[in-house]
Amino acid sequence: MKSAENKPLLEVKNLKKYFQVGKNQILKAVDDVSLDIYKGETLGLVGESGCGKSTFGRTVIQLYEPTDGRIVYDGREINGSLPSAERHGFTRKMQMIFQDPYACLNPRMKVIDIVAEGIDAHGILSGEERTKKVLELLETVGLSEEHANRFPHEFSGGQRQRVGIARALAVNPEFVICDEPISALDVSIQAQVINLLKELQEKRGLTYLFIAHDLSMVKHISDRIGVMYLGAMVELADSESLFEAPLHPYTQALLSAIPIPDPDVEKSRSRIMLEGSLPNPVNLKEGCRFASRCPYAEQLCKEKTPEMKEVRPGHFAACHKAM
Amino acid sequence: MSRLLEVNQLQVHIKTQHGIVQAVRGISFYLDEQETLAIVGESGSGKSISVKSIMGLLPKNGKIVGGSILLEGKDLSKYSERQMQTIRGSDISMIFQDPMTSLNPTMTIGKQIVEVLKEHRKDMTKTQMKDRALELISLVGISNPETRFDQYPHQLSGGMRQRVVIAVALACDPKILIADEPTTALDVTIQAQILDLMKDLQKKIKTSIIIITHNLGVVANIADRVAVMYGGQLVESADVRELFYQTEHPYTKGLLASIPKASHKGGELTAIHGTPPDLMDPPKGCPFAARCTKTMEVCRQYPPEDMLCGESHHARCWLLDERAKAFRE
Amino acid sequence: MDELFVKAYVDESEKEHIARPNLTALQDGWLRLKKNKAAVVCLFTLIAIGLLAILAPEFSRYSYKETNYDIIYQIPSMEHFFGTDQFGRDLWVRTWMGTRISLLIAFVAALLDLTLGVTYGAVSALAGGKVDAVMQRIIEVLVGIPHLIIVILLMMVMPAGIWTIVVALSITGWVNMARLVRGSILKLKNQEFVLAARVLGTSTAGIIWKHLIPNTVGVIVINAMFTIPSAIFTEAFLSFIGIGMQEPKASLGVLINNGYQVLRNFPHVLIFPAIVIVLIMVCFSILGDGLRDALDPRMRK
Repeated sequence: MKSAENKPLLEVKNLKKYFQVGKNQILKAVDDVSLDIYKGETLGLVGESGCGKSTFGRTVIQLYEPTDGRIVYDGREINGSLPSAERHGFTRKMQMIFQDPYACLNPRMKVIDIVAEGIDAHGILSGEERTKKVLELLETVGLSEEHANRFPHEFSGGQRQRVGIARALAVNPEFVICDEPISALDVSIQAQVINLLKELQEKRGLTYLFIAHDLSMVKHISDRIGVMYLGAMVELADSESLFEAPLHPYTQALLSAIPIPDPDVEKSRSRIMLEGSLPNPVNLKEGCRFASRCPYAEQLCKEKTPEMKEVRPGHFAACHKAM
Repeated sequence: MSRLLEVNQLQVHIKTQHGIVQAVRGISFYLDEQETLAIVGESGSGKSISVKSIMGLLPKNGKIVGGSILLEGKDLSKYSERQMQTIRGSDISMIFQDPMTSLNPTMTIGKQIVEVLKEHRKDMTKTQMKDRALELISLVGISNPETRFDQYPHQLSGGMRQRVVIAVALACDPKILIADEPTTALDVTIQAQILDLMKDLQKKIKTSIIIITHNLGVVANIADRVAVMYGGQLVESADVRELFYQTEHPYTKGLLASIPKASHKGGELTAIHGTPPDLMDPPKGCPFAARCTKTMEVCRQYPPEDMLCGESHHARCWLLDERAKAFRE
Repeated sequence: MDELFVKAYVDESEKEHIARPNLTALQDGWLRLKKNKAAVVCLFTLIAIGLLAILAPEFSRYSYKETNYDIIYQIPSMEHFFGTDQFGRDLWVRTWMGTRISLLIAFVAALLDLTLGVTYGAVSALAGGKVDAVMQRIIEVLVGIPHLIIVILLMMVMPAGIWTIVVALSITGWVNMARLVRGSILKLKNQEFVLAARVLGTSTAGIIWKHLIPNTVGVIVINAMFTIPSAIFTEAFLSFIGIGMQEPKASLGVLINNGYQVLRNFPHVLIFPAIVIVLIMVCFSILGDGLRDALDPRMRK
């Protein structure tokens, strides 16, 4: 699904999202992140909790107002000055699937009304046709008519997540942000949801931004992967090359930390152990953010923030020592 | 040879307003000295409830309705709450999933360790307790124990807190350490640190560990033996290598297959279809029958027996029965 | 059973079947409330008291202000179920008339809570920022002024009576509700299902009516149940100290005041209204407790 010659569907340029967390204290949740997503591809975004990957997704979909930077979707810049009608129309193109299968569905609404929310908001269909469309969507995600009149608390986690997917699909979006859609699910259910997402991508030509912290699943579903650390993108490459030859020391440590479900491999494996934990993300100083934990850090790393550079064709990393 | 811990035909019921949930339906397993047993299963499979009944920490509406829990021959299921209090923390300790909620936010770290010692080690003096606490803090790999001793939980990161939780649990040299999803709330890099610490500690202080997890990678990393739970029953248990390489139960096979392999990229994952059974009204046959790819009529009507399919490799599946030979082929 | 070792017929739809009965949140809440015996008893007691307050004075031979100096301070009998007072007025009728006042106050308090309290809290939470800060400061000022002072000041410009009490209540009675609703909406506002609604382009009004209000209903109902007894008590207290309802109008506070003056000789004048007011207050509190447990979604499994 490589489509480098195409124009990107979504271009994010130097996106910044800062939060004021106290007097003179600024949390740079997303700091100067740029990336392009091409039509039909899946871009995985990984990182540990607090790295800003979810904030990035929510800013792209306009749940947060960006502090600075540009978001261009299909050649059209989306920002605060967009007329509200166009803003409203835009919600049909870009959709989101949420993390928590318990919190993402309104406990007081029936499944049929939950799925139809987008249809109602845009006044697409009503009456019989609305019901028909909802049942069709439920069937797409492997549920049936029997489920339409029930309330969310009667469903299992995996079923709820599929209801959430049906809700997002109701407006026929082109681009879907999956915000950790599987991290709250059981292993046997995760594969169901991943398969469903892939199947939908093939049938409907969807483009995904897939945010997760489970690297093995991200590798499975993504064409390209971006790694974030403390609000900044540290590495971006196609998934093969990221897993085979990671350039950034943080990515290397992250990959080596994933436990592999194979006892013999696990026992013989050597790990890059990171010392300590994430530094305080408030009021960061100049310099590489990873320098305090990096085994290769030098004086330069502490003084100058590294830029993203193309180290190999299509493989970007923000590290002074990557080459 | 007598086992350190032996659980026999344990049955736990939980009363809810809609009816009785048969959370644990007759499970048996054992734990030897200095061994790590991993209990694997999805949410609602009864794994957490099983270990909570060992600890005597069942919720008020939960009750052990059958079976026994033998700790060095003494049946804990018959113990009163008072008797359990002397066991908890000294003979068996537990660490929980969320390090933030298992520490008291208003007490310094040192004090939390000393509190446990006060409860169980009446013979120690104050200075001995403090020395022991400092020793424990450095044992779990926290530098500067003297300064950390007077710090509060919120001053530490998630990984550090989990280390403190482990230190509290180890204060009285427990024979068994039960870890309920100890790394689920942590990031991968921190998870690796904690797993390493647990393995390291086990060698140093010679304790036995029961670890509950749903992450098969963690199992492969740390376990000696594995027990797989599904629908309130133990469906398979074996030595870790045997479980991963000679898997017998279709559910375990399904679990292993649903994890993406490093080697093959793209394509469809082998998912297990459907959802786990509702234990309010458990199926009369095999709990996995509704989701299994190789269901026989017998699976739906009779619960499978525990079968031995290797030296200490147990599985509950009708496919292992002699009479299923024709169907298997 | 050998013949059973053959491939089973699998019904695909069964894999996703949900075994539990299809219950709405309301049915679920009612089921749980029914389990709480005390709350159910209280619910029926309140219904009985309400019916008596409405019906008893209508079907009695006496009126609440009809005096008869031949029969002062009679003890309860078949003629006068609760006896008579110092003017020979029938206490059965007067007690239930007084209960009417108490229930009217309860109704007003609940209405204020539901309109002013809920709206104020919701607007404050949704507007956020400076608007929220100003609205919260206003509440703090209102809470800061002692209730009694407000009532006494009001008495200078208004005649003593039920409307003065109603006005006094409306100044501060809804404050608690406003705070609770604000808190609960602030929490809901960032829940993923509300974010999902925003992402789907649902209008602000739609988000309020479909997502926020239905999920605060529990908090609202429960808090109303706790405001009511305190409002009833305020009225009784004001009437008791003589700045509320005035004779010959009956209110439970007025009746208790009368009874308390002749407590040694004619205890029945005090006892009946006292029992009724205690019943009303206790029942609302216990019912409120029961509803909290029944409607709390965290209790649902």
